[in-house]
Amino acid sequence: MTLSKALKIAENEIKNLLNILNDSFQVFIPKLKEKTSYKFYEWDIYNNGDEFNIFIGVPKSSIKSFFFPQPETLFKFSIQKDTTALKEPEEENKRMLFGVRPCDARSIILNKLPYSEDSYYIKKTEQNIIIGLSCNERRNSCFCLWAGGSPMGTEGTDISLTLIDASFIVEAITERGGKIIETLGDKFPVASTSDIEKLNALRASYEKQRQSIPDPVKKIQDKNLLELYDKPLWNDVSLSCINCGICTFLCPTCYCFDIQDETSKGQGKRIRFWDSCMFPLFTQHATGHNPRGAKHQRVRNRFMHKLKYFPDRYNVFSCVGCGRCIKECPVNIDIREVLRDML
Amino acid sequence: MKNLYLSHSATIKDIIIETEDGNIKTFILELDDPEIRDNWKHIPGQFAMMSIAGMGEIPIGIASSPTEKDILSFTVSKIGVVTTELHNMKTGDKIGIRGPIGNGYPLKNQLKGKNILIIGGGYGFTTLRATIIYLIENRKDYNEINVIYGARNPGLLLYKKELEEWSKRNDINCHITVDREVPGWTGLVGFVPQILEKVSPESENSFALICGPPAMIKFSMPVLEKLTWHDNQILFSMENRMKCAAGVCGHCNIGPFYVCKDGPVITREKLKQLPTEY
Ligand SMILES: Cc1cc2nc3c(=O)[nH]c(=O)nc-3n(C[C@H](O)[C@H](O)[C@H](O)COP(=O)(O)OP(=O)(O)OC[C@H]3O[C@@H](n4cnc5c(N)ncnc54)[C@H](O)[C@@H]3O)c2cc1C
Ligand code: SF4
Ligand code: SF4
Repeated sequence: MTLSKALKIAENEIKNLLNILNDSFQVFIPKLKEKTSYKFYEWDIYNNGDEFNIFIGVPKSSIKSFFFPQPETLFKFSIQKDTTALKEPEEENKRMLFGVRPCDARSIILNKLPYSEDSYYIKKTEQNIIIGLSCNERRNSCFCLWAGGSPMGTEGTDISLTLIDASFIVEAITERGGKIIETLGDKFPVASTSDIEKLNALRASYEKQRQSIPDPVKKIQDKNLLELYDKPLWNDVSLSCINCGICTFLCPTCYCFDIQDETSKGQGKRIRFWDSCMFPLFTQHATGHNPRGAKHQRVRNRFMHKLKYFPDRYNVFSCVGCGRCIKECPVNIDIREVLRDML
Repeated sequence: MKNLYLSHSATIKDIIIETEDGNIKTFILELDDPEIRDNWKHIPGQFAMMSIAGMGEIPIGIASSPTEKDILSFTVSKIGVVTTELHNMKTGDKIGIRGPIGNGYPLKNQLKGKNILIIGGGYGFTTLRATIIYLIENRKDYNEINVIYGARNPGLLLYKKELEEWSKRNDINCHITVDREVPGWTGLVGFVPQILEKVSPESENSFALICGPPAMIKFSMPVLEKLTWHDNQILFSMENRMKCAAGVCGHCNIGPFYVCKDGPVITREKLKQLPTEY
């Protein structure tokens, strides 16, 4: 759905675009980081002139910290015996995340399903403007098509960029994206009809590819819950897991949190921060009883939540196929294999 | 948009020490804001989040019936950080209340016109107290009412005043039991499942509301089965660790079922279709 005219910006002019946007927004881009011999991309503030690199795949961290700050203050209070005055945190400025891959952008929409009544999350979706970037190549851990997305998907973005023949086609996806494009109209040329046709043909070819896969969500929904739950596969998968929780922390669609109070000198705040169903304490009752005390139960919960419970409720996997958990798991547990075994 | 996480300020009006060991107390509260107090409506079986600023927030079943005007009470067992802090509080102290939360017992729909069997043990009896008071207030809407409630010893029984009162009534059959003989105890002796067997409540047109320790539930089931109770006539109230109590934080799930949002009340039939993660 293109709301207003698409622009065409030459690849080597991308910095001009970023500099213009940087006047009106606090812009973030994936920046190359180096730790000893280890190189990776991480979200960071864009300063005019910074290099915008196009690389295959996703930055190390997902964009979820822009939506669930780690930690996030729910409210502040002062502790006196007779009052507990509550104050909600102040609003933040509009931010723009530039160069968000389609899988990560799609995670915003998926997380919104359980968070539809959470005012903090909804406010963040209003504050963060998402400039998507289609993928021309896929990393071997990518599986967005299986997860229901596409390398050229636009879900969750306000504006989508696709690199075709050394130029970015810049499309408005949402109304507010359209407004931003309007302000750029006199600075960059408009994309031609043939550019748009090329873009649409490419997008349609991915759509066709996805449709050629028998819908895994449908297949999973047809399976009996307890039969999947009781499969011997969970013991095998979990054997090597060390319950480090990296998979859930890097996952763009892991949205679980813990709530704690922090106080000092009579002032305090109630905060929430990321939690993981991989940790034994996640479910432990005050009595010591633990419904998921064993490791294989927790590993099973992670996959069952993403690939069975969530789709049963919302008709979509809680997974976008970014492949971070596959790439970063210290013991090489692969969610694609688990999904295959479940199907 | 409503903020899911803010609680209403309430004042502790009275504290009742329920058990001899002092580990279970009932807190009678009043919501401070008159408007919120007037608009507060709950169903027996629902719970609320009790919040102590600086300590945290915990889910506790609502022990008072909506028919008890302007009273909101919670019976709390001292076990960890927040519950211990709560036990150290005095009348006049302030706490936060967020709720009511959860589905509660279907008293206004499926249960109407039915025989009601209440089976309780330990502090699981709290929302059943609310239910019994509600049933008595709306007595004509229900058929026969049986209450079976047990504790290890008389000192651990909750709500002694109410138990005495209910035992005197002839419109409900109260069977209060303790595990073993104790000098001075003139009531029933035996575990809840044994008493259940003796009472032998009829299954036809009936519903059972059950809340208590796992062993009590486990051994009561074969008894009900023998009496031809069907799984969809048996209602449990579930408990799992929780944080947001709004179906978001991910802690309280029993498979796809969120205790906070989809429960805490669930039929045995539905529960059997879920993993045993509770
Ligand atoms: C729907 C529901 C109704 C309940 N009703 C009652 C009641 O009427 N009376 C009563 O005494 N207790 C009740 N409980 C149990 C009560 O919530 C826990 O005992 C309490 O949370 C322990 O808190 P703590 O801070 O003292 O313990 P800690 O061990 O310090 O717990 C730390 C935190 O873990 C969480 N937590 C730990 N255990 C539980 C648990 N079993 N359930 C939920 N969250 C937990 C809480 O957020 C708690 O603050 C109920 C639980 C649920 C889910
Ligand atoms: S990253 Fe791998 S080892 Fe760590 S908790 Fe996840 S599955 Fe287990
Ligand atoms: S996989 Fe685990 S941590 Fe991730 S969203 Fe699901 S329950 Fe939460």
